[in-house]
Amino acid sequence: MTAKGLFPGVPCDMDTIERCVMNLKELEVLRHECLREVLYRSREANAGHIGTSLSCLDILVYLYFNRMREGDRFVLSKGHAALAFYVVLSKAGIIDASLLDTFYANGTLLAAHPPCSRRLPGVDFGTGSLGHGLSLANGFAFSGHFTGRKNNVYCLLSDGDCDEGSTWEAALFAAHHRLENLTVIVDNNNLQGFGRTDEVMNLEPLADKWRSFNFSVAVAARGNDFASIDAAFAELDRTEEKKPRCLIARTVKGSGVSFMENRLEWHYLPMSDEQYARAIEEIERT
Amino acid sequence: MRKEFAQHIETIARRDPNVIFLTGDLGFLALESLRSAMGDRFINSGVSEQNMVSMAASLAYEGLTPLCYSIAPFAVFRPAEQIRVDVCLHNLNVKLVGNGGGFGYGIMGATHHAIEDLAFLSSLQNMRCVVPFCNEDVRGAIDAMMEYKGPSYLRLGFGPKPEGTELPAFLPVRKLASGDRATIVGIGPVLLNVFEALKRGGDIACDVFAVSELPLATLSPELTESVQKTGKLLTIEEHVRRGGLGEHLAAFLLESAAHCKSTHLSVAGYPNGLYGNQAYHLEVNNLSPDAILSEIKKLTYE
Repeated sequence: MTAKGLFPGVPCDMDTIERCVMNLKELEVLRHECLREVLYRSREANAGHIGTSLSCLDILVYLYFNRMREGDRFVLSKGHAALAFYVVLSKAGIIDASLLDTFYANGTLLAAHPPCSRRLPGVDFGTGSLGHGLSLANGFAFSGHFTGRKNNVYCLLSDGDCDEGSTWEAALFAAHHRLENLTVIVDNNNLQGFGRTDEVMNLEPLADKWRSFNFSVAVAARGNDFASIDAAFAELDRTEEKKPRCLIARTVKGSGVSFMENRLEWHYLPMSDEQYARAIEEIERT
Repeated sequence: MRKEFAQHIETIARRDPNVIFLTGDLGFLALESLRSAMGDRFINSGVSEQNMVSMAASLAYEGLTPLCYSIAPFAVFRPAEQIRVDVCLHNLNVKLVGNGGGFGYGIMGATHHAIEDLAFLSSLQNMRCVVPFCNEDVRGAIDAMMEYKGPSYLRLGFGPKPEGTELPAFLPVRKLASGDRATIVGIGPVLLNVFEALKRGGDIACDVFAVSELPLATLSPELTESVQKTGKLLTIEEHVRRGGLGEHLAAFLLESAAHCKSTHLSVAGYPNGLYGNQAYHLEVNNLSPDAILSEIKKLTYE
C-alpha cells in the first residue's frame, strides 16, 4: 500500500491501519458494494473481463481490508482483473473514486489492464501480459535484504499465469532465496483464455507442484468465501518454515452472478442492459 | 572489455551500496573478483533471464540500481518482453549488460551472436544503448550509463585502442581521426577494423567518427559538416542493416541535408501516460488524419 491510506482522506499510519482490519462480516458488506460497483462500471464502459474480476474480488477485498499492512506490496499478475483491482483501490481510498468514471474512456489511466506509467497510486507495475507478476514480486520481496525495509509482498496469479515458464523461473528463485515475506495466491478458477484449464493445460496436482518447488502451501477450498480464505491464511501463518508461501484459492469464475459462473464467455463479453438488470437483481436478492 | 567492465563496476559498487549485480549464471574467469567484492549484492539468478530482468525492475522501483549481465543475445532476446514492459514502459533504472555484442562469441555460433540487439532495444521507450568502441573506452561508457537514471544497455566487445590515436572523453558522437577523403561513421569495436583498413591503404585521410549511443538524440554539427565537406559517407556496424546505426544516421541526414525536405511520422509512444482506443493513441502520436494533413501542408507549402 503506497498511497494515501485505507480510507478516503485518512492518512495511512499504523494507528489507522488497526481500525482498517475488518472482520469477516464487515468484509461481506464491502464485497457486496464492490460487486455492485464492478458490475456497474463494466456496464457503463461496455467492458469485458467481468468473470475474471469476480473470480478474485473476494481475495482482493480480503487482502486490502484484512490482511495487508502499511508498506506491504501487492502485484496483480493477472492484469485482466484490473477492474476489480481499481474498485478495491478506490474503496480503500488509495485512488480517488472519481477516477472510476474514466474507466475505458479515451485519455484514462484506468484501461482494461493496469497502467505502466507509474502514475496511478497503488499500482506499482502495469501488467496484462501473463507471467511477469511473480518475478516482480520476487524483486520487491528480495529488495528488503538491501534496503532494510521489512514488508510482506502478495502476488495474485491466474491459471494462465501458471502456464508461463517465467512463473516457474520465479518460483525457483523465491524458494532458493527463502523469501518468507512473499505470498503467492493462485486464483484457480479452472477457466483460461480458450477453454477449461484441465482440458487446455492441466495444472494438477497444483498444490503438489508448489510444494515440490519448496513453498509452504495452503488451499482455500472455497476461494470465494472469506472464512475459507481466512483459514488458509491462518494455516500459512502457523508455518514456521523459512519458505515463501502459496495459497491456492479454488475459485469460481464469475462468482456471485449465477449466469456468469463457470462460463468462458464471461472472460470476454460485456453485459447487455438486460443482463446487467438481471445481475443486479440477483445480487440485491442475495 | 569484460575485464575493464568488471574492474570498474567493482569500483562503483564499493562506492555505491545501492548497486546490485545480477548474472544469468555467467562470468567464469571474469567476474570472480567482482563477486567477492560485492558479497551478497552479487546474485547469480540462475539461467532465468526473464525472472532476472523483471526482478531487476522491482529492485529499481525500490531505489536500487541493478545490473543484469549475460551473453548479449541472452540478455536481450530471452527476456525481450520483460525489458519492454517491466523496465522500459515503467522507465526504471535497470542496466542490461550484454557481453560479446555482434559476433563476439565467434565460433560459439549463431545462438551466441547479437546482431539485431540495437535495432530491438533502440526502438523501446526510454532505452539508451551504450556501445564503447575499445577496451579503454569502457570506463567512460559505464560512467555515462550509470549517470542516466533510466533503462540502459551496455554492449561489450573486445579490442585495444588503435596505436597512436587519442581517445577523446566519452560522448555519444566523437571524432577520432581527421581527413578530407571521406566521412566514416561506425559503432563499437568494428571501428578498429576501420583504422586497420585505413592504415593498409597507406594512411588514407578520412574523418572517422565513433557513435557510442543509440538512439541518437542529435547529430553533432561536426559530423554534419564533415559529410557536407567530403560528400562521401561510409557507415559501419557489427549489426544488421535494419534498425542499426546506418538507418539512424540516414534518417538524421535525410532530415538535415540538402537532398530533399523530409518528414518522418512515427510513433513516439505514451507521452502523456494515458490510454484510450486506437484512434486516441494515433492522435496522441500525431498520426491522425488532421495531424498528417498538417505535416503535408508544412512539407508542400512552407
